Amino acid sequence: MLAAIAFYVLAAVAVISAFAVIAARNPVHSVLFLILTFFTAAGLFVLLGAEFLAMLLVVVYVGAVAVLFLFVVMMLDVDFAELKQGFLSYMPVGALVAAVLLAELVLVAFAASGARGAPLAIAETSGGVTNAEAIGLVLYTEYLLAFQLAGLVLLVAMIGAIVLTLRHRPGVKKQDISAQVGRRRSEAVELKDIRPGQGLG
Amino acid sequence: MGLDLTDYLPIVIFFAIALVMGAGFLIAAWVVAPKSPDKEKVSAYECGFNAFDDARMKFDVRFYLVSILFIIFDLEVAFLFPWAITLTDMPTETAQFAFWSMMAFLGVLTVGFIYEWKKGALEWE
Amino acid sequence: MSPLQDLIASGPHLLPEAVLVVFALGALFFGALLGADRWFGLTSTAGVAALVAAGALAIARQPVAPVDVFLGAMVIDGVSAFAKALIAFAAAATLFLGAVHFNATRERRFEFPILVCLAVLGMFVMVSAQDLITLYIGVELQSLSAYVLAAWRRDDAFSSEAGLKYFVLSAISSGLLLFGASFVYGFTGSIDFDVIAAAVSEGAGGVGLVFGLVLMLCALAFKMSAAPFHMWTPDVYEGAPTPVTAFFAAAPKVAAVTLMARVLYEPFAGLEAQWQQVIAALAAISMVWGAFGALLQTNLKRLMAYSSIANMGFALMGLAAGLEQGPASALIYLALYVPANIGIFALILAMRRDGAPAETVADLAGLAQKRPWMAALFTMLLFSIAGVPPFAGFIGKLLVFQASVDAGLVWLAVLGGVAAVVAAAYYLRLLASIWFQPPAAALQPAGNANLITATFAAALTFPILVVALGSIERWAEAAVRMWF
Repeated sequence: MLAAIAFYVLAAVAVISAFAVIAARNPVHSVLFLILTFFTAAGLFVLLGAEFLAMLLVVVYVGAVAVLFLFVVMMLDVDFAELKQGFLSYMPVGALVAAVLLAELVLVAFAASGARGAPLAIAETSGGVTNAEAIGLVLYTEYLLAFQLAGLVLLVAMIGAIVLTLRHRPGVKKQDISAQVGRRRSEAVELKDIRPGQGLG
Repeated sequence: MGLDLTDYLPIVIFFAIALVMGAGFLIAAWVVAPKSPDKEKVSAYECGFNAFDDARMKFDVRFYLVSILFIIFDLEVAFLFPWAITLTDMPTETAQFAFWSMMAFLGVLTVGFIYEWKKGALEWE
Repeated sequence: MSPLQDLIASGPHLLPEAVLVVFALGALFFGALLGADRWFGLTSTAGVAALVAAGALAIARQPVAPVDVFLGAMVIDGVSAFAKALIAFAAAATLFLGAVHFNATRERRFEFPILVCLAVLGMFVMVSAQDLITLYIGVELQSLSAYVLAAWRRDDAFSSEAGLKYFVLSAISSGLLLFGASFVYGFTGSIDFDVIAAAVSEGAGGVGLVFGLVLMLCALAFKMSAAPFHMWTPDVYEGAPTPVTAFFAAAPKVAAVTLMARVLYEPFAGLEAQWQQVIAALAAISMVWGAFGALLQTNLKRLMAYSSIANMGFALMGLAAGLEQGPASALIYLALYVPANIGIFALILAMRRDGAPAETVADLAGLAQKRPWMAALFTMLLFSIAGVPPFAGFIGKLLVFQASVDAGLVWLAVLGGVAAVVAAAYYLRLLASIWFQPPAAALQPAGNANLITATFAAALTFPILVVALGSIERWAEAAVRMWF
């Protein structure tokens, strides 16, 4: 009962805020609604018993990806009102594609309910193991290859981000702390013996 | 599913209190505070003359770089959680294997980190 | 054998992959420490050496019977060895061309060979994939490196556009791949290809499973740029720096076709009646669209993009035949097509005028009078790609036609014949421009590296690969025999 109420509340908020993402006029509001969508989706994962996924969604998507989206929205400085001008002319095609996709999904849903062997894939975690533990027990051993390749994918992302966006401006003055700390009196101060009335000249 | 939702009671109460307090202040301000807006009061104001342009400014692309590097390490940390909580539950041999497999993963990303550092991607000009 | 022992015993089988990882990490580490753009030449040479070593190791360590490694996450067999060798040598050649090119244009960034090697690692994983997760991660590793390479000239609007377009469209196709894979997992209960194959043969899934399979095939068709999922290809090929285009046109194609063959003939062999229509349709549309689309192109890189779409159609025609010759002929087709393609890109790269690349069909005019050797190489390579006897490309086409006819897909073979004739028209247009038109403005002398590569590629198209055809055929057929 409680779970059902929680599900309907979260699902309703998720759908409404997902709609608001594309309906909002201000792109910053869109991103904020996106964060709300992620958050309610995390709640839905909790209801499914996948609390580790819920945590990842909050940490990675809300904490990092949404911030990235905000930066990108601010960085691009696109006039979204102008972008939306041509939107209506694409509307019929878009609606058609959406309708076809919907029809296909309905078809699959019917096929799924009638198919043999369909519910095989629901994995139960057994013996009071939380699902973070269940993942931990296999990820680093049984799925070693996928795990290490994921590390390499992250490495490529790192290289790519630096290669494509990092540029150093010429002539920027920087503070070099080790040079400052390592400087000695003899390098910094020079004593000159000046005779009275003659100056440094 | 054997899911005990009462486990989440504290966090639900926490959210409820947060919601009530946040909404409470907003509503209280709306109800209690005196207000008589007019056109000049609510319009944007820049030191006595009309606003030149939009208040939003373009961000530098470097914010993006910092944020994407943050995401990468965020994901790396996400991989650490299941490892940290299961390592002691495994049989010794498996635990050793899992330990070194994580070290290899971290090693790859550490090479990436050294690259990042030496390239000056973490410096702010 | 306990799981841990199995994992530890798997290590030595992945020696080719290990070579690439060691190179990438080592080059990145020392490159960062030493400020290695100065060592661009050295890093690239090491990258080429690593790729050649990986390819040679893949051949040398090919097991007699397929070996499952990492608890069935990957398999090392004849098909993977064949594809890995082809991918590694193609990537080594294009990396060599690219390093020479970027060295000449002073765009010496040492990450280039590293990203190429990581992309190749992704392809190695793709061709060996034995479960859905490995498949997806391999595809992603390859694609992610490719996006960065496409946008390599980050200050050039064309290159940035190419990178962005490739990224957005390819991300959608990755989404389709995941969506399809989740259907397959949901309806069969496993990500493992063997278990999926068993479930399929028991008749699990029904419409839902087919739906998942088709979604996955669409995504893979996108990655290999088969029509109607080719829309990104001309723009990306044109916008990306030419050495990167040469790379895109060679190694990833082999990986995508091999992966598709594996998906079709391993987990979904039982659904042949369903996927055969899809693959035949993809092949037919690609051949026709590639042939007619290329007729109107004036930019050589766009033209090569359409040519690659058409050639993917021919390779898919081989896959569509569910017989033993089918996948074998597709693999042989690629082995004969890829060297010629690399040779043509070497020649395109070699044509420069006043320091700017000469990339249009009009720039070819009168090449025969100015540079008879280049013109002769161009002719040989184009003849091979067009499928004119006695060049290697002709034999490749002949084999896929044969497989298609044997499988009863006569209409597809006829359509392929028509498409090949139309395609020959635009290759002949290039040749007419080269041989019979008055010379265009003076070209700079071509670099030796490009000429050597092109000469070698031309020598491969005729006579080396033609002479070696017997052994290539035996290798490919022995490799795919385990699927039947």
